[in-house]
Amino acid sequence: MPNVKTVVPYNGTPEQEARLRSVIAEHKGQPGATMPVLQAAQEIFGYLPEEVQIMVAEGLDIPLSEVYGVASFYAQFTLNPKGKYQISLCLGTACYVKGASDVLEAVQQRLGIKPGSITPDGKFSLDACRCIGACGLAPVMMINNDVYGRLTPDQVGAILDRYE
Amino acid sequence: MNFVRSHILVCTGTGCSSSNSPKIIEAFERELKAQGMDQEARVVKTGCFGLCAMGPVVLIYPEGAFYTHVTPDDVPEIVSEHIVKGRIVQRLLHKEGENAEKVTSLSDTRFYKNQYRIALRNCGVINPESIDEYIGTGGYEALGRALTEQTPQQVIDAILASGLRGRGGAGFPTGRKWQMTHDAVSPDGVKFVCCNADEGDPGAFMDRSVLEGDPHSVIEAMTIAGYAIGAHQGYIYVRAEYPIAVHRLQVAIDQAREYGLLGKNIFETGFDFDLELRLGAGAFVCGEETALMTSIEGKRGEPHPRPPFPANKGLFQRPTLLNNVETYANITWILNNGPDKFAAIGTKGSTGTKVFALGGKITNTGLVEIPMGTTLRTVIEDIGGGCPNGKKFKAAQTGGPSGGCIPASLIDTPMDYDSLGAIGSMMGSGGLIVMDEDNCMVDIAKFFLEFIIDESCGKCSPCRIGTKRLYDLLTKITEGNGTLEDITTIEELCEHIKQSALCGLGQTAPNPVLSTLHHFRDEYIAHVVEKRCPAGVCKNLLHFVIDPGKCKGCTLCAKNCPAGAIMGAVKAPHVIDPNKCIKCGACMDNCRFGAISKH
Repeated sequence: MPNVKTVVPYNGTPEQEARLRSVIAEHKGQPGATMPVLQAAQEIFGYLPEEVQIMVAEGLDIPLSEVYGVASFYAQFTLNPKGKYQISLCLGTACYVKGASDVLEAVQQRLGIKPGSITPDGKFSLDACRCIGACGLAPVMMINNDVYGRLTPDQVGAILDRYE
Repeated sequence: MNFVRSHILVCTGTGCSSSNSPKIIEAFERELKAQGMDQEARVVKTGCFGLCAMGPVVLIYPEGAFYTHVTPDDVPEIVSEHIVKGRIVQRLLHKEGENAEKVTSLSDTRFYKNQYRIALRNCGVINPESIDEYIGTGGYEALGRALTEQTPQQVIDAILASGLRGRGGAGFPTGRKWQMTHDAVSPDGVKFVCCNADEGDPGAFMDRSVLEGDPHSVIEAMTIAGYAIGAHQGYIYVRAEYPIAVHRLQVAIDQAREYGLLGKNIFETGFDFDLELRLGAGAFVCGEETALMTSIEGKRGEPHPRPPFPANKGLFQRPTLLNNVETYANITWILNNGPDKFAAIGTKGSTGTKVFALGGKITNTGLVEIPMGTTLRTVIEDIGGGCPNGKKFKAAQTGGPSGGCIPASLIDTPMDYDSLGAIGSMMGSGGLIVMDEDNCMVDIAKFFLEFIIDESCGKCSPCRIGTKRLYDLLTKITEGNGTLEDITTIEELCEHIKQSALCGLGQTAPNPVLSTLHHFRDEYIAHVVEKRCPAGVCKNLLHFVIDPGKCKGCTLCAKNCPAGAIMGAVKAPHVIDPNKCIKCGACMDNCRFGAISKH
């Protein structure tokens, strides 16, 4: 999935930076600390901008290239901010054979964005994901923590309208 | 401890939680109080029952009444009728098929009758967040016995004798893995036990259900493994996308520590063992053992060549035992019931049971656990209830993106490691996706390749570049530009990737293509030669036609056509201009007379 450097300016608060510093202090020196720290950093900032990656690299005393390598390798890490409502549409096998790609197409048309991007107003971000484990309800879409199952393309409009 | 008359078991697995089971639990607690029954009945949050298609499900003991598709609005009636008056609510009972009779008890359903539950024995039975309930079913007995009465070698011998093979995919004998790690010499004496809970196959969710429904069985088995191989630290590598599983594992680890079943001096035998969770961050390749360990070390999850095998040089360069969740879930059952009893189930080369995640075009989607060697027919027709809407079963895909398909003609194939391997598929982790006549096999092969391209770590070129070229060739075919030479090129390329890719994922990536080509070659030929998609999936090859005999000239299709491709006068048969048609199917969806067909 596309994971390109963000164009949104960094606006982390001193509180967020203090929280990150305490997470780094907690993990420093432990073997394999990079991922837990990045996971916490994403939890704090919502995404991993370059400024945050630099803080992690300097804090853990490892090269920035290594931090960037890990941050760009895993699908969970995002270098871009997410929307107020994060849509993940499952394109796992069970959902795919039950028509998930038609549902994705309907969402794309409705919002005018492709997977991996965000609407200009910052309201919705769209991602295609691989299996959230609710295969019994295929095809499935998640908006933040709400799960919508047994979807058809014509239900998409009404569901998205619920999010203001 | 106060005794209650009824137990109301509500599934809180991911499937049922997604279809609102937390609201049902709230409603039960509220309603029991309101009707003065909160001292008589207790609500128990359990793990997955397996029948996700019928969720949310509620099971009430002692009657064993199995209610399906329950909504919070049904709860007052269940409490006043069933709990207060003792009358089962007939309308909510599980029903098998439209005209079938209602089934009261869970174990009488066709879905459960053919199952044999070992790995899932506690799922849907106990509250996964209560260590006491796990101990109440005999939990931690096997650990106590191993530590106080058995030598590490005796434990390993029992696992060897059971014939248990790895449930993660490749089917390597578990006992041999334990023996190798036990025999390996660590320079500083440090060894590790790891659990692979990075369920990567999109469409498989048994590991998730075991962790959500019975986390202690994995913790106990890993502690036993630590004793057997001489390790004092374990890691569970679990997908961050499984928040419920992560939460319940953490709760279970904390409880086990509190009871002295993890930590220092377990059962006062001087044996120390502790566990730590590591969250995976969404990389399919991390299901591969060497990549998983690299990821636990905090690096990019790239695999490296074997040997050295993890048993000799694994995590942090120390001997490491890595098994998958379902494998661990079998361990305590084997030690409690004896390896002979386990070996008596299944077939000679594949002992015990296997959990499959039934998904796709099947009536009873969900989790099933069957003795090895059960035929695919039993799984599809009896347990799964066949394809919905009267459609014809076409093929089942096992092994996910590394596996292959089983066509309808081979429906009597026994489901075991060797039989599946012999027909070009594989057991894999147990994803079983059912496809009906409306699924195009070329499109499915393309789907899996797209997945592999996305997930390839990029370290070796056969996987990084080869799968992309394969994908391009398949796209050419599905767009109607393929030639017969392309099929030959595909086959050659597949062989090259199989032979030269670095890790198991790359080597098996061509399998879905090879297997669909083998079993459904005519479908590929139809795409290439006749420029036709027999299943009607590949859009570029579709033709929409209006039957002039059935068309009443109502103009509805022309009004709904986004491309303005339909012409015709009112009350006269309409015609589709194939040059303008974008093959969206809107006309067909809107025609009230069934006059439009695609082929």
